Amino acid sequence: MAGPDTEGHWGATSRLMWIALAIWAFFAFVIHFFVNILNNIVILGFPLGFYMAAQGSLIAFVVLLFWFARAQNAIDSKYGVAEDE
Amino acid sequence: MATESKITSGDFLNNLGKVYGIYAGGFLAFVVVLAILEQLGMPDRVLGYLFVGFTILVYAIIGVLSRTAQVSEYYVAGRKVPAFYNGMATGADWMSAASFVGMAGTLYALGYDGLAFVLGWTGGFVLVSVLLAPFLRKFGAYTVPDFLAARYNGNLVRLLGVIVLVACSFTYVVAQVYGTGIIASRFLGLDFQIAVYAGLAGILLCSMLGGMRAVTWTQVAQYIVLIIAYLTPVVILSAKNYGIPIPQLTYGEALQDITAREQEIVAQGLNVGNTLKPYITPFLSYDRLNYFALILCLMVGTASLPHILMRYFTTPSVRDARKSVAWSLLFIFLLYFTAPSYAAFAKLEVYTNVIGQSLDQLPSWIGTYSNLGLVKIYGVTLQGLAGSIGAVKAAVAAGAADAAGVAVALQSKGLVSELATWSTLVDPVKAVVFEAVKANAAVTAQEIFQPAIHAAATAAGNTTNLLGHSGLSIDNDVIVLSTPEIAGMPYVIAGLVAAGGLAAALSTADGLLLAIANALSHDIYYKMIDTHAPTARRLIVARILLFGVAVLAAYTASTKPADILAMVSWAFSLAAAGLFPALVLGVWWKRANRWGAIAGIIVGFGICLYYLVGTRYFAVGFYEMWSGLSGASEAAVAKYNDLKAAFEGAAPEVKAAAWKALDTHAQTIANWFGVRNISSALFGLPAGFIAMIVVSLLTAAPSKQMQEFIDEIRRPKGKELMEGGNLVRDVH
Repeated sequence: MAGPDTEGHWGATSRLMWIALAIWAFFAFVIHFFVNILNNIVILGFPLGFYMAAQGSLIAFVVLLFWFARAQNAIDSKYGVAEDE
Repeated sequence: MATESKITSGDFLNNLGKVYGIYAGGFLAFVVVLAILEQLGMPDRVLGYLFVGFTILVYAIIGVLSRTAQVSEYYVAGRKVPAFYNGMATGADWMSAASFVGMAGTLYALGYDGLAFVLGWTGGFVLVSVLLAPFLRKFGAYTVPDFLAARYNGNLVRLLGVIVLVACSFTYVVAQVYGTGIIASRFLGLDFQIAVYAGLAGILLCSMLGGMRAVTWTQVAQYIVLIIAYLTPVVILSAKNYGIPIPQLTYGEALQDITAREQEIVAQGLNVGNTLKPYITPFLSYDRLNYFALILCLMVGTASLPHILMRYFTTPSVRDARKSVAWSLLFIFLLYFTAPSYAAFAKLEVYTNVIGQSLDQLPSWIGTYSNLGLVKIYGVTLQGLAGSIGAVKAAVAAGAADAAGVAVALQSKGLVSELATWSTLVDPVKAVVFEAVKANAAVTAQEIFQPAIHAAATAAGNTTNLLGHSGLSIDNDVIVLSTPEIAGMPYVIAGLVAAGGLAAALSTADGLLLAIANALSHDIYYKMIDTHAPTARRLIVARILLFGVAVLAAYTASTKPADILAMVSWAFSLAAAGLFPALVLGVWWKRANRWGAIAGIIVGFGICLYYLVGTRYFAVGFYEMWSGLSGASEAAVAKYNDLKAAFEGAAPEVKAAAWKALDTHAQTIANWFGVRNISSALFGLPAGFIAMIVVSLLTAAPSKQMQEFIDEIRRPKGKELMEGGNLVRDVH
């Protein structure tokens, strides 16, 4: 068996890191720049801008983390550096 | 091993679901039994004792059963904690008394702007998982400074790491012990000092014998209690008011009602002094810069706090560490996305049934919390009135003939605390109290409450008989604590909330205490003082230090230090600026070296600390030095100059008062670009990164072995690089 492709693994890991941080930055900061505009949309009584800070971004963070864990596992397996089960 | 107890055995770990399922069911059954006992007439005080006593007993039993004599069990729970349960433990570790009791109140007070805390205290976990936790887990250290020392070659970086760790964790743990004291004294009627030491005993029972292992399994139990306690009242309230037991959905309607009511309040002329800030309108309390700066500092701080990072040292694998962060955030999310519903329901209740009501017909919960000094009507509380009645009696005995003479009499007798209470009243209220006591020495605070609030309202310019918006001030803690009473729930629910708040405070205190004590025992004692210490001695030292730090924290809390609660929020900025650059670059940038890390920690932490201390304690000097960078308005600068001239020209006897006025004002304008000191990492963090990068590039690159070592951290496959707290091979 060939040795694990370390460089390929780190390249893919770094890419995933940047993608995850971009999504994080969007929900942590960018979307809230537009709170006043979003507040014009009201769903179930919630102004959307308020909702994003109170719940929407939080849900996005939780989903992001579960997705990230899976995606990184897939990368580890693909490049042969995953831990043994 | 003879000293090993049942709790490490496969039996326990294989049956976690069953054990904690039975525990949660048992806890709910316990609540039901107490509810029945309440209906049968058991007094509230006894219910409170049963609640608190029973839950602490359970934690203590878990703590004792988890005792251990193995170093790796003590420091990292044997690295056997499944991702899901570590997530729960982290949730309890993370959510403090402030999150449980105070967060909803912050949202109540700040509206949209308060959501910076909700965002900041959740989003940081993304950074934990993506940038740090899995790599630190692979490394296999016992403590965060342990990683820094190995990566940056030496004990100087270790020592700096320990200093930052202690600086950001100690005030935080004091605040938790303080929180247990407040909750226990409020619900059990214990004396605050006694309550603090009772809390200390609870904390020690959970952590001392079993270290990380015991803390882990008690934190799981504490999470279950705290989340049930947090959700129950507001779910009942939502079902009662909106027919759907999902408060996180139904409070949208409350938001609409709040906005409508705000307009009515303004239209009815109840907004004297213009104190009302529309609830959902952003950037009224914090401007944009401070709002986003606060989010950033809280998030990066989350990812740098050692008591959180070290929880991920306990999972069985790197893969589990990542999964565990996701579970942690889910469990934390359950509380944080509920907090805004507490705030909205409370706001609506206050705007509907308190503001605009006749001063003679305020709801009864106002009285309950006024008694504790937590709700003020035009500055008046029942607690303050009761104290003032005592003050007047003492003053009359000392010869005071009228209200104006009371202060003089108290001063001459040296009755400092009575004088302080008396001084909080405005003159018309003083007159009311004095006349009432003169007419009837046995008068109660309750009896003079109505005339007192009317006098205070008139003094504040309110000539109607209705409570205006500016007339009500509510302590942050009241929002969560009062919800059961506002919704007319039985006392057992209030007891449940107390048990939950206590669980939140105890679990966070345990985690912090362990982080501090482990850094001292492992990093300072074992790694720097006695590197050949045998296992038994290492564990004894660890326990002695844990005990010592705990007692010191309890002692500090028992003195009720004034600034302690404000200082907790500093922990995030200190951790972010001091540790984040060194941790992240240690994993993600191979070129980062020892001198870079030393420079990064000193510069980042130093600037952050300078800004915090300078703007808070040396505001006048700070402003004088940096007035060019201050975000102060022209009016604020003019006021500063006036106050300064007044101070310089003041006669000796009023010099102190003039200085206080100058200093208080200076604190509002001593800043760089208007950034509040809670967000001081906004300067320290980039400075730390820059210092670290520049100095690393100016000095020699790390050795070949170190580069390979970093490669290994980046690959999940293979063994940890440390074993039993020692590096497996030399990397330097």
